[in-house]
Amino acid sequence: MDTVALTVASSEGPQEVLRILIADDNDSDRLILQTIVRKEGHTVYTARDGQEAIDIFREQSPDIVLLDALMPNVDGFQAARTIKALAGDDLVPIIFLTSLRDATSLADCLAAGGLDFLSKPYNRIILQAKIKAFASMRRLHETVQRQRDEISLHNDRLIHEQEVAKQVFDNIAHPGCIDAPNIKYLLSPMAVFNGDLVLASRKPSGGMYVFLGDFTGHGLPAAIGAMPVSEIFYGMAQKGFSLQDILREINKKLKRILPVGVFCCACMYDLSFRKRSAEVWIGGLPDVLVYRKGNRTIENLKSRHLPLGVVDNDRFKNETTVIQLDFGDKIYLWSDGIIEATNDQGEMFGEDRVRDVIASTPDAEAIFSAIEAAVEKHAGRGEQDDDYTMVEVTMVNEEDMGEYFADRGKSFLAGGPKDWSMTYELRPQTLREFNPLPLITHLLMEVPGLRPHSGKIYTILSELYSNALEHGVLGLHSELKASADGFARYYMERTKKLSDLYEGSVKFYVDHHPVKDGGVLTILVEDTGPGFDFKSKEQVSHKTEGYSGRGIPLIRTMCRSVRYLEPGNKVEVVFDWHVDV
Amino acid sequence: MAIWSTEASSGELTIKIQGRFDFSAHQEFRDAYEKVSEEPKGYIVDMKETTYLDSSALGMLLLLRDHAGGDNSHIEIVNCNPDVKKILTISNFEQLFTIR
Repeated sequence: MDTVALTVASSEGPQEVLRILIADDNDSDRLILQTIVRKEGHTVYTARDGQEAIDIFREQSPDIVLLDALMPNVDGFQAARTIKALAGDDLVPIIFLTSLRDATSLADCLAAGGLDFLSKPYNRIILQAKIKAFASMRRLHETVQRQRDEISLHNDRLIHEQEVAKQVFDNIAHPGCIDAPNIKYLLSPMAVFNGDLVLASRKPSGGMYVFLGDFTGHGLPAAIGAMPVSEIFYGMAQKGFSLQDILREINKKLKRILPVGVFCCACMYDLSFRKRSAEVWIGGLPDVLVYRKGNRTIENLKSRHLPLGVVDNDRFKNETTVIQLDFGDKIYLWSDGIIEATNDQGEMFGEDRVRDVIASTPDAEAIFSAIEAAVEKHAGRGEQDDDYTMVEVTMVNEEDMGEYFADRGKSFLAGGPKDWSMTYELRPQTLREFNPLPLITHLLMEVPGLRPHSGKIYTILSELYSNALEHGVLGLHSELKASADGFARYYMERTKKLSDLYEGSVKFYVDHHPVKDGGVLTILVEDTGPGFDFKSKEQVSHKTEGYSGRGIPLIRTMCRSVRYLEPGNKVEVVFDWHVDV
Repeated sequence: MAIWSTEASSGELTIKIQGRFDFSAHQEFRDAYEKVSEEPKGYIVDMKETTYLDSSALGMLLLLRDHAGGDNSHIEIVNCNPDVKKILTISNFEQLFTIR
């Protein structure tokens, strides 16, 4: 974008050549004046009456007009009015030349549009001074006019750009579930340029995430931050990432992209309909209010954290507060626009007024619009001040949400692959050079709702794979790990044997099938080793002695079953999972 | 994966593990506590940037414990993320280490 050049005309500098129109019916007066002005180096046009003056003005548009008041045909007053009309927005200084002395006549000169008058006989010094003064006035006027035009042009362009950007933003931004029946919100269509952002997404496991963000500053910096926040929020929410994971990711991104001093005050919460609770994180926003429908009381939740984008992730705190909610309880979030809306006397709306409105509104369903109306009344809303952002979310029985969630819920959980199996065999070259665990984990995370279990699943896969590769294919024995040196030798041999591996394989058989609100994941890992006597070695308890043998007991705690199959080179793990764990 | 160790003037050795703490870390982890100028008074294993821990890492922590004097050792494992903490807890490691 161009910047508006703010230059102010300087009155100093070399003598400026002006084009000056002189109109006087008196030949000698005209000649004297013409001579004086020309000597100053200016270009002179002359006219003998008002009409001629008008005609020359039309053709030449001179910079300054010196006009005799009394002339035949069209007199000076009339000519001045016409010239002013022709000049339009431009300033053409008109100076009346007059031998009139009475105050009324002189006032008439100014009333007709003259800026000044010059009495006959002419005083050369005064004439020069006036021409100079009016030339500089004219320049000033031109500068102001040009700047006004530039500003207005820039403003038009800015509004246009914002509209286009808003459209792009809307196209990118996921609609989420901000239109869910239990959500009410107030957000200006252009709020993204006020730095305000409201997002809501249904979780694959049920429940919903709600996010309200308020960027410092306005305009582009705020809007630029809103894009990645929205993208991360919806992308991760749909994949089933936790509240903490999403906040950390947003913080990391904002810290990286935003300049110091620009950040995002935010509140995000995880609303669970099943557990009737909300897990809340607040960083830098005004108190979140929780309305208890039962006894019509209000509780405050205070911001406990820094806004998003202020500190690096290693200093970022994601501790949350969990609150229990009954059906009909409501959570109110707002940017400081509502609380800080000021009236004519400069008084802020404030939290007390919010409390008063809630106290005086017996119908819980009318609270939201009552607050909105009260804020508008308080602030007067003379000019459209759209900086109010507010969200009300009600705890409801999920079944009472009717079609909305039934459909949405279905599409959410129906979106990804849920009923499938695969076999993945890793042969020597792959075993030598590739770690298959991230790939298999990634594939499993496509199962809608499974993501919150990714930690456990990775552990299961990793322990099974290590055993199959190290004991089965490479033939290494855990007994080697009995001492520190043995431990080191074990892994040295692992490296050596693996780089010399030209036969053998590890085969994963992975099967997922859905059950109501969850699924059953079966993982079978088979290696080409001879197997082992699992019956005598099978171990249930966690030992505290020795440096090895912890993998299988670890995964036993995570799964329904862990079972070896004859001849001991196959192990099958069954993992049950449910949403909203 | 990367491991750093720093000796504090108070005589404690801090070992930081970044990324996945698994079998591939064993040499680096061992070097971190064996190649020190002076025998430390205590150890701090900082897991702030540790994303994952497998059973061989559990073995490595036990090796450190024995190196540091077994039951007389002073080892704190700090800043664990929930996944890492869960694995340490399941394996009853809080009986052997101070986990903060």
